[in-house]
Amino acid sequence: MSKDKIIDNQSKYINPYLGGVLLGLLILLTIYITGRGLGASGAIKSAVVSTSNTIAPSATQANAYMGQFVSDDHSPMYTWLVFESLGVLLGGLLSGLIFGRVGRFRTDHGPKITAKKRWLLALLGGALFGIGSQFGRGCTSGAALSGSATFAFGGVIVLFGIFGTGYVIAYFFRKLWI
Amino acid sequence: MGPLIPNGVIGAGWDFVIAILIGIAFGFILEASGFSSSRNLAGVFYGYNFVVLRVFFTALIVAMVGLMYFDFVGWLDLSKIFILPTYLAPMVVGGIIMGFGFVIGGFCPGTSFTGIAIGKLDALFFTIGLYLGIFGFSLAFPLFEGFYNSGSMGNITLTDVTGIPAPYFALAFTVIALAAFWGTMFIEKKVRKNMKQYKF
Repeated sequence: MSKDKIIDNQSKYINPYLGGVLLGLLILLTIYITGRGLGASGAIKSAVVSTSNTIAPSATQANAYMGQFVSDDHSPMYTWLVFESLGVLLGGLLSGLIFGRVGRFRTDHGPKITAKKRWLLALLGGALFGIGSQFGRGCTSGAALSGSATFAFGGVIVLFGIFGTGYVIAYFFRKLWI
Repeated sequence: MGPLIPNGVIGAGWDFVIAILIGIAFGFILEASGFSSSRNLAGVFYGYNFVVLRVFFTALIVAMVGLMYFDFVGWLDLSKIFILPTYLAPMVVGGIIMGFGFVIGGFCPGTSFTGIAIGKLDALFFTIGLYLGIFGFSLAFPLFEGFYNSGSMGNITLTDVTGIPAPYFALAFTVIALAAFWGTMFIEKKVRKNMKQYKF
């Protein structure tokens, strides 16, 4: 198989514009039903607050940030975004099963770095994304996509912040990917 | 008239059932589009794969135009939908930090969940990183609490800021998106010619 064929081997993925239309309609439906859009980072925040509150309840409730999300009547896990994110895992698995992409554990990494280096970088990148999403009041799903779709000023700021920064710094990190 | 749950058309008891169903559809679309692979995602910054741009901007303009349409025919009361609050400086800084996170980590939170679902270890490490990052943020919160709450502008839209009606923004985003779809087609072709193969 020529190298072009392998790179272009996208037949297993759906057409990106179809994917985009479906995702746009899903945002519309979500707003129509619930009054708000999609999200993802909020679920991890709930997991952080929940585990912290289980291990050290008084310290968690005293924490100026996590304390806001602890309530007496239900667990911090009992939020819309946690259920939605469980759905994302299930939906990803379903698509992976249908298109034959579910496999044993593996790591995607650029040709110039090892899998182990990729894990460290993924861990670091995830930590940065986690911190940034708290300042940004949401991540790519909640702020950049759903926020911008509802014309929220802050959503557009986050959108240009993420992608603008990405393009500015991509050159310096090129060895990780190409 | 929508939104259905805030307006009491659907009982709040259905909230979590609907959340799981919407999440399943969200995860399915992300994975089926190729967002479960960090190499596909990072491609948007290096010109070899613009799937992120295509899916993201198509979704954005469909949702924007759709909201205008729902409002026009009276299906949705736009005054009742959630508008993300704006905190100017913190959101600029948050966006920049997330930009670093995206290029270094190769995922964003939602896409990393779909990567885990099909067995990608880098996605798992990214999600663990998210957890540690948010935990660290919480512990260090007193250090930057003032900054975190600064620049509050309320739940404002682009129209509130500029006075320009929303349909003009929907139109502008659509034109920019279509131009980007067209332009990146050529960039992608050119970059791929000089690239080593990679498997999805």
